Amino acid sequence: MPTYLLIIPFLPLFSFVFTFLFGKRLGVQSHWLPIISVVISFCGAFYAFLQVKSGHHVNQDLYTWISSGTMSVSVGFLLDELTSVMLIVVTSISALVHIYSVGYMKGEDGYYRFFAFLSLFTFSMLMLVLGNNFLQLFFGWEAVGLSSYLLIGFYYEKVSAADAGKKAFIVNRIGDFGFILGLFLIYAAFGTLHYEPIFAHVDQIANQTFTMLGITVNLPTAIALLLFCGAIGKSAQLPLHVWLPDAMEGPTPVSALIHAATMVTAGVFLVARCNPIFSLSMTALNVITIVGSLTCLFAATIALTQTDIKRVVAYSTISQLAYMFIACGVGAYSAGVFHLFTHAYFKALLFLGCGSIILGMHHEQDVKYMGGLKKYMPITYWTFLLASLSISGVPGFAGFFSKDEILAMAFVSNVGAGKFAWFIGTLVAGMTAFYSFRLFFLIFHGQFRGTQEQKDHLKESPRVVTVPLILLAVGAVAAGNFGIPAVIGGNANWGHFLEPVLGHPHAHPSHATELILMIISVSAGAFGIFLAWKMYMKKPEMPQTIRDRVPLLYKLSLNKYFVDEIYGFSIVKPVIGFSRHIILKLIDIAIIENIVNGIPRIVGRVSGSMRKVQDGLVSHYLAYMCGGVVFIIIWMYVGA
Amino acid sequence: MSFSILSLLIFLPVLGGLCLLGVSRENEKNVKVLALIISLLEFVFTLPLWFGFDKTTHHMQFVERHSWISLFNIEYYLGLDGISILFVMLSALVTILCVLVSWNSIQTKVKEFFIALLLLEGAMIGVFCALDFFLFYIFWEAMLIPMFLLIGVWGGPNRIYAATKFFLFTLVGSLLMLVGIITLYIKGGNTFDILALAAMDFPLSLQLILFWGFFAAFAVKVPMWPVHTWLPDAHTEAPAAGSVVLAAILIKMGAYGFLRFSMPILPDATTAMMMPMLVLSLIGIVYGGVICLAQTDLKRLIAYSSVSHMGFVTLGIFALNTQSVEGGILQMINHGVVTGALFLGIGMVYERTHTRKISDYGGLATNMPVFASFFLLFTLASVGLPGTNGFIGEFLILLGSFMTRPWVALVASSGLIIGAWYMLWLYQRIFFNPVNSKWNKIKELELREIVAFMPMVILIFWIGLFPNTMLDFMHVSVAHLLEQVTGNPEGVASGVQLAVTNSLEAAGHGVQHVPQISH
Repeated sequence: MPTYLLIIPFLPLFSFVFTFLFGKRLGVQSHWLPIISVVISFCGAFYAFLQVKSGHHVNQDLYTWISSGTMSVSVGFLLDELTSVMLIVVTSISALVHIYSVGYMKGEDGYYRFFAFLSLFTFSMLMLVLGNNFLQLFFGWEAVGLSSYLLIGFYYEKVSAADAGKKAFIVNRIGDFGFILGLFLIYAAFGTLHYEPIFAHVDQIANQTFTMLGITVNLPTAIALLLFCGAIGKSAQLPLHVWLPDAMEGPTPVSALIHAATMVTAGVFLVARCNPIFSLSMTALNVITIVGSLTCLFAATIALTQTDIKRVVAYSTISQLAYMFIACGVGAYSAGVFHLFTHAYFKALLFLGCGSIILGMHHEQDVKYMGGLKKYMPITYWTFLLASLSISGVPGFAGFFSKDEILAMAFVSNVGAGKFAWFIGTLVAGMTAFYSFRLFFLIFHGQFRGTQEQKDHLKESPRVVTVPLILLAVGAVAAGNFGIPAVIGGNANWGHFLEPVLGHPHAHPSHATELILMIISVSAGAFGIFLAWKMYMKKPEMPQTIRDRVPLLYKLSLNKYFVDEIYGFSIVKPVIGFSRHIILKLIDIAIIENIVNGIPRIVGRVSGSMRKVQDGLVSHYLAYMCGGVVFIIIWMYVGA
Repeated sequence: MSFSILSLLIFLPVLGGLCLLGVSRENEKNVKVLALIISLLEFVFTLPLWFGFDKTTHHMQFVERHSWISLFNIEYYLGLDGISILFVMLSALVTILCVLVSWNSIQTKVKEFFIALLLLEGAMIGVFCALDFFLFYIFWEAMLIPMFLLIGVWGGPNRIYAATKFFLFTLVGSLLMLVGIITLYIKGGNTFDILALAAMDFPLSLQLILFWGFFAAFAVKVPMWPVHTWLPDAHTEAPAAGSVVLAAILIKMGAYGFLRFSMPILPDATTAMMMPMLVLSLIGIVYGGVICLAQTDLKRLIAYSSVSHMGFVTLGIFALNTQSVEGGILQMINHGVVTGALFLGIGMVYERTHTRKISDYGGLATNMPVFASFFLLFTLASVGLPGTNGFIGEFLILLGSFMTRPWVALVASSGLIIGAWYMLWLYQRIFFNPVNSKWNKIKELELREIVAFMPMVILIFWIGLFPNTMLDFMHVSVAHLLEQVTGNPEGVASGVQLAVTNSLEAAGHGVQHVPQISH
């Protein structure tokens, strides 16, 4: 096993162990080891990328993890095109977030704990993308979930934070329920959990069926949909999206790293990695496309009305992840991974920008109390603007290239739901531009609406915060350059690079189609920006008028369609009620315990009444004896 | 064998307990130190088992065999195989931790407490080593007495009820087993030799009767639903050490009984009763998990979670294939380690707070960060996070049962969601949320307590990352067991009917994965 590949995940692991054990003593210096490790990991990742580019792949086992009977799974690493891209994304964003956190988390209790958990997350995420088999993927999958749990609940004394961490873990477990059954089915079908033999023989399951409880389903469809359950949980798609907005309880750097750029994209990575399986099932592809489209629209409509800046960005993340699933659903996996790549930079930038604003505003997150921050926070302002332009799909920025690729692929795809996805995607492109610039104008332009005290303390964040912003802004602008489509003079390097892993999409749009689609989506984005400008800059009374005109829609969006309330009412409360009243009080106590304690009680009662016979009075005994004698005599006569 | 190591292991703690009798009652410190030395020594003597065990044979090892009551062919017959060896080691380890956790928490009748603990250890190891049914029964019942005393004398306020309930439940079960043992003795040609009985063929009708007789004894011990209600009471009232032994070793005896007696001696009944046993296990998993959501008492919650976790164990055992049975045995060890550790932790915190009510806690992580970290690890191992031992066991059990009956794995997997729910909720209510000002001055763990945790921490990661070091002990014995039960060393035929599996295996891809380096 090449040493550089071992260093990439295990250095952050070492950093976690060391910082967690000894960080308390290191105090404010405890960030050094995590930062240095992740920077070295980044260098390793870059080297790995170069290796892959020059044709060196790695697929090697470290040791046999579990072996039982004919089942054997290893811990092993796979380095190919897809892995190398993920390594770059994870380590680069992680390194920048580590550095940013030095400024953001300054003076917090548990400073060392924060950095230790960041390292743990980095390790887990790297194990997830590096694994050469499904079980190691699952290891990383659960371990990132753990890191996420710990970091969301970083301010554990706050009930809402502790609740949010728990919710994230449990909702993810619901997705994992499907995921692990998918693994079992894969094992049943292939007799192994390692990628290479599975993908090499995937064609053999093409027309197989699987029967359970009398229901027969197409085997690839069953496997694909079960795996997709896991992806729905981890990537916060409908109906398991509820944990991600709550996860904003975590410190903002965590939101940027885990809940925007890396961990939540693991679901997309899973689908992309298993593309040979998904491609076998048109049903599964349609389901993914539809779930993606619905989530895309659903989350974007919520983002329109939220006032907590982190929540807006969180819903935006759900919506953007949905774009990636649309791409996978229409068979354009490399477009999905491309959007994963560009999104990582502009979304991390948006979140870290929010963090900078929150620092400046002394932990105020409500946009109602902001406004006019432009002159106080120029660097934050400009970088935030670049990120907003990128997410809105303004031509030339990273988001433009990846989003347009997805929309074009959806339009021409042979997957039934493709056109539907294209329509929703284009609509949401407009909404995305609108809510992004709504946020932008409300934060940075107009009058300051906070308190005088807040105003007096407004200032730009320190350099340790702004430098990562600037570096990410470079990514948010330029990350698209790797995949400029041929129609506007590029050479679509991205797709070619990933082709060995992700294959080739079935259908390609003609240049004319692509150009027309591009114009449509750019116009949608432009209209969104224009509308935001009109509503929040030009005519500030307009939002209220609209609210009054459609109060029902507004309420639905503002309250996130009441999904949390519905789940609480239809699942959580009934289960706990069932547990308390039916299982515990009725079955366990009233029935089982009564039977158990009832038998001794009956025996006791019988013996108690028997005991009364032996009362120690000779006269009674004499009477019993006489009675007995009489009884025997009568019996003998009758018997005779 | 010239050197009888198993006898040594059984009688060292018994003799040690007798030695304690001689120590003066006033000198409590000496009693504790001596008990600690004996338990440490005992563990050291189990090490030759680990290193001397031959993993390539299913035959009994370290065998000792002497005629005892020759009139009835009763023998003093001891031996270990890949199924029992790990439990002997675990028993010795857990006893050390019990001594450590009882150091300060036992205030009255200190000497008697440690004597009872050591006698219990001897009897437990005896149960795992016995190969003569009569001898087994003696150890099995001998275990009851010290455990009864541990709960009844050093337990909580409601200890008499709990101890009596525990005693009656197990006794009723054992008596039915005794009837079964005597029946086997008569029908099997006057022998109590377990291995000889396993080699015999009994008619199915007889097997079925005996199966349910044994079931009565073993299911109560496991405990399987619906005979589980003694466990929460016993756990709640038992002192910390009692809970630890109960969770870690005692309730494993039930599952061990299935493996050692029901399955090899009554193979036809086992396969015939597979479905009922799987269904009972599933009920245990879901029922035990859901009921945890209603618990307000710390110890009761963990006790009910044991019902759920032991449901996984019996599920694995009765799914009757290699992965599930090996997973089941490993999960017995895992549950012993993790739940043992959880009860250790609860004992430590109870010593400080004297309350078991979950709502009395809150924000403990602030004042006891070290304890919170340990407890988090145990919680995660309990919910089966990959990298910890809990995952390996659950994964193998679920994978194995999926291969036998996919829908069984489907239902059982829901236990993973419920498990995460109640454990993380519990963790939140104790360690997170606003700090309860009552515990502002609570003491962080002391060195003795950290030392007591360390073996569990090591085992959690060791088994989680290198499970083969444990599984290697089992492979041959489990294959032999499955061959006895189903006629096939890999267990029952797969319930997943997929044509492709065969074609892949024929091509040589299904079984072996050969990674390759391309450049």
